[in-house]
Amino acid sequence: MQPLTSRAKAVDRKPMTMWEKMYLPAIAKGMSITFGHMFKKKPTVNYPEKQRPFSPVFRGLHVLNRDEQGRERCTACGLCAVACPAEAITMEAAERLPGEENLYREEKYAAKYEINMLRCIFCGLCEEACPKDAIYLSETFAPSNYTRKGFIYGKDELLIPDPVTQPEEYAKAKGQRH
Amino acid sequence: MLSIENITHSIDVWLYGTFNPTAALLLESLIVGLCAITLFAVLGLVLVLMERKVSAYMQIRLGPNRVGPGGALQTVADTLKLAMKEGLTPDGADKFLFNLAPFMVIVVAMLILVPVAFAKGTQIWDINIGVLYISAVSSLSVIGILMAGWASNNKYSLLGAMRSGAQIVSYELSAGLSIISIVTLTGSLRISDIIDSQQDGWWLFKGHIPAMISFVIFIIAVTAETNRAPFDLAEAESELTAGFHTEYSGMKFALFFLAEYVNIFIVCAIAATLFLGGWMPLHIGHWTAFNHAMDYIPSSLWFIGKTFFLIFVIMWFRWTFPRLRIDQLLSLEWKYLLPLSLFNLLLMTLISIKGWHF
Repeated sequence: MQPLTSRAKAVDRKPMTMWEKMYLPAIAKGMSITFGHMFKKKPTVNYPEKQRPFSPVFRGLHVLNRDEQGRERCTACGLCAVACPAEAITMEAAERLPGEENLYREEKYAAKYEINMLRCIFCGLCEEACPKDAIYLSETFAPSNYTRKGFIYGKDELLIPDPVTQPEEYAKAKGQRH
Repeated sequence: MLSIENITHSIDVWLYGTFNPTAALLLESLIVGLCAITLFAVLGLVLVLMERKVSAYMQIRLGPNRVGPGGALQTVADTLKLAMKEGLTPDGADKFLFNLAPFMVIVVAMLILVPVAFAKGTQIWDINIGVLYISAVSSLSVIGILMAGWASNNKYSLLGAMRSGAQIVSYELSAGLSIISIVTLTGSLRISDIIDSQQDGWWLFKGHIPAMISFVIFIIAVTAETNRAPFDLAEAESELTAGFHTEYSGMKFALFFLAEYVNIFIVCAIAATLFLGGWMPLHIGHWTAFNHAMDYIPSSLWFIGKTFFLIFVIMWFRWTFPRLRIDQLLSLEWKYLLPLSLFNLLLMTLISIKGWHF
């Protein structure tokens, strides 16, 4: 019969020789393997202290971005919600009032912006859909929570710190991307 | 020079000088008992940690490293957890035997500790039939295991206990024969005599090939006797959940666990005493300078070093080999090890009669 793959190998059924029947060489070989393992580099990453480096294209937790003056970029256009295949994003728009020019970049802003992290599949389509560069996926991943409600992230969790008043936190949240 | 021998001797002198002989003897027994229990606790903690670390490193893992520096307090935390747990007794169990079994096992483990020489002149009782005593008492532990398996009223437990019984009874033979082959060379069953006879070299090297063969057979046999993998059919977690201690929990389980590790320590100590000279430093024939240099290392360190090396070897076995089937296990003993050790004993007797050993 024709072998199904190029790696097919006939099983060796010839009786064991006297040397093989003693098993001692095989035992010594096995023990040398496990002894050799003791000096190998351990692949374990001690998680909370050390973290595995992510690739630059890693898609983690979402961040709502601000511009250089610390104004929110989002205009609540809803393109991200439309693009989202998991329907994880909801938002409510509001009109910017006079005197709020330092808070919101354009006349319309998102009063409520929620992402359900249990629904989100971290595909990054919201990031691609956004015309204002207002949302992007960062390098951190979703932490654990005690309730399902805790996974619905509102603006307070998503919004990046203000670059003007909190430059250090801003730089940390911004990460290597963008 | 400060050594354990001097310390024990000065305590002995002080006790007999201060109290009358009866009170001194009682106090001494109390101190020895406390030391033995402390040794038990420390050994349990150290060996369980060592096993977990060795297994981890052999599987290219890190092992426990969260509790204490480098995970050193992991077993303390585990013991605390076990102590807090409820010691359940199943409804269908024979309550008396069920609760007696772990103590039986641990008492047997404690009894074997008696003639072990921990360092120069540090021995609880230098009994003149030391080696015979050890092999006699160590075979009692099977009663505790059978008791646990029977009283649990659980099929897994009973199967595990029966396997353990068959295993211990058969491997006792070749372990005993390899002990005898060393006794033919020393001509004495007393542990201190056996150690003294290795003043100019260890029996492993002095006794030519037969000594090496009996050493290997002894290590295999005691691995089987202490129910360690690859001969851990009595526990066989993948077949019998936990074998004879399936129904045990809390401190009663901990006692079984402790007894297993203490038994490993003791059999390794005996192997070290018979074949590697116990506390005797590495001496080679008439190389006086070399022998003097070796004497600078304290005898207790020699003993602990040799014992822990053998314990490492037994752990090494465990994490390398898959478990044997029960028929393979028994045929290994009755068809290969027993004839080999009988023949080996014959050779050894020839060597000791002709005086061919060094």
